[in-house]
Amino acid sequence: MTVHDIRHNISFFRQERPPVYFDNSATTQQPDEVIRAVINFSRYTNANPFRGLYDLSGEATAVYEAARKKVAAFLNISDPRQIVFTRNTTESINLVAECILRTNHSRFRIDPGDRIVVTVSEHHSNLLPWQRLARITGARLVFMEPDSTGLITDAEIESRITDRTKLVAAAHVSNVWGRVNPIDKIILRARSVGALTVIDGAQAVAHMKVDVRNTGCDFYAFSGHKMLGPMGIGVLFGRADLLEQLDPFLSGGEMIEYVTRESATYAPIPHKFEAGTVNAAGAAGLAAACDYIDKIGFDYIKSQVNTLTAEVMNGMREMEGITVYGSRNPSEHNGIVSFSIAGCHPHDVASILNEDHICVRAGHHCAQPLMQFLGIGSCVRCSLYAYNTHREVSRFIDCLSRVRKVMGY
Amino acid sequence: MDLKNLYREIVNDHNLHPAHKYEMENPDIVLRGVNPTCGDDITLMLKIMDDTVTEGSFTGSSCAISTASADMMLDNVIGLKTDQARNLIRKFFGMIDGDITDDRELEALNDAACLKDIARMPARVKCALLGWSTLKDILG
Repeated sequence: MTVHDIRHNISFFRQERPPVYFDNSATTQQPDEVIRAVINFSRYTNANPFRGLYDLSGEATAVYEAARKKVAAFLNISDPRQIVFTRNTTESINLVAECILRTNHSRFRIDPGDRIVVTVSEHHSNLLPWQRLARITGARLVFMEPDSTGLITDAEIESRITDRTKLVAAAHVSNVWGRVNPIDKIILRARSVGALTVIDGAQAVAHMKVDVRNTGCDFYAFSGHKMLGPMGIGVLFGRADLLEQLDPFLSGGEMIEYVTRESATYAPIPHKFEAGTVNAAGAAGLAAACDYIDKIGFDYIKSQVNTLTAEVMNGMREMEGITVYGSRNPSEHNGIVSFSIAGCHPHDVASILNEDHICVRAGHHCAQPLMQFLGIGSCVRCSLYAYNTHREVSRFIDCLSRVRKVMGY
Repeated sequence: MDLKNLYREIVNDHNLHPAHKYEMENPDIVLRGVNPTCGDDITLMLKIMDDTVTEGSFTGSSCAISTASADMMLDNVIGLKTDQARNLIRKFFGMIDGDITDDRELEALNDAACLKDIARMPARVKCALLGWSTLKDILG
């Protein structure tokens, strides 16, 4: 497939004048096949999964469980019971944190003075649940700090993850500067001290083949809508033995085994974490998105994204007053180029680009500790995906070069 | 007026050379206003004597629309009785909400009336309001 094939498969790009969409880290556009999978479920297979004693409910269940298998295969996981469907990355990570709090098992015990280790570049979704867990348990929240290019060094991993560390949470790829964190080393070190590991894969799954089994992490979270899927469906991978030991935090319909007036036993994993009617249409869409990404292939995705990122960064080098955050090497950005223009507030930059129908994000990107680390309040983020084109990059660079003038410089 | 013209004609002047952006000595009231979605963070300082705003300034970090709006606001309210300032705030909110559209009614806002079109740019409404809502919190 080429970029033109992909654009042809996405209604958004078949509009007469589609905007230049460079906010792919926030959400991606959906191929027609994904939309069709969602619609087809609602049109022809719509029944409550698991509950009906009739064929249609069985078919709905089959679609939902087939999606689980598909996602498991996408992540190279052999046991689909380890895939829990949630609403999004945020819910997946909160699920882990809340379940740890509710579980009375030595494996999840966190005492006052223990350490929970995160990186300073975390998205708030992979920080606030751990802040809360630390506050409630009395544990100390410790930060691994990257160098100026966004890299967390071996020494930093060694010194921050210690014998008192009970849990380590890190993004696979930062949503601000796109840098891949050395999660293999982080996980290895965490395992050597007996700490649990939670990886936020929201920005990784659309850009690289994620082999969750080989990473050896305990939990891996991501959202469907950042990988060509629909909104409202997210994934939590959890190691089966851990999921079995954890108590759920949402209780109610379909997560039970047997209920008396006073007590209940829970359904086997993963269903004990999926209380209430599930998002089966969303799961169908996510399965279609996995297929679509496999069809494009990560080699093509990487090469197209890296080429465009290099063009963006080269174009920016020619301009006055631009600071790009993170590595100088475009291939270490995973399509994310966050930057500032001297004297121009990021919100103004985004609004001016919006006048030219260019969508970029401006603000703190829900990563305020990283903004503080960088010494800025906010920045502009241009994030690319495999369906973006050279022409779009040229238009973006052209409009960007005029922003300072509009701002009166 | 489109956004680029808005920047060119009025906002940039107040953004690049804000007359009231400075740290005031011995203010009577200091209040911080924050826009959590974008991280804009300003501190508004006022001196009030005999129920009249005698001096006003602000510091902090904010976008051009937010900075210009706060600067134009202080241009307007310095010298006003607090009741008159409250009326002006109501008028500005009415304009941004799109409830007041009559240009004659908006004349009292002077330069700040140029932000009328922000009503059509939902993403920027909070920027235009930051200074004004902070002042509203002070005056009640």
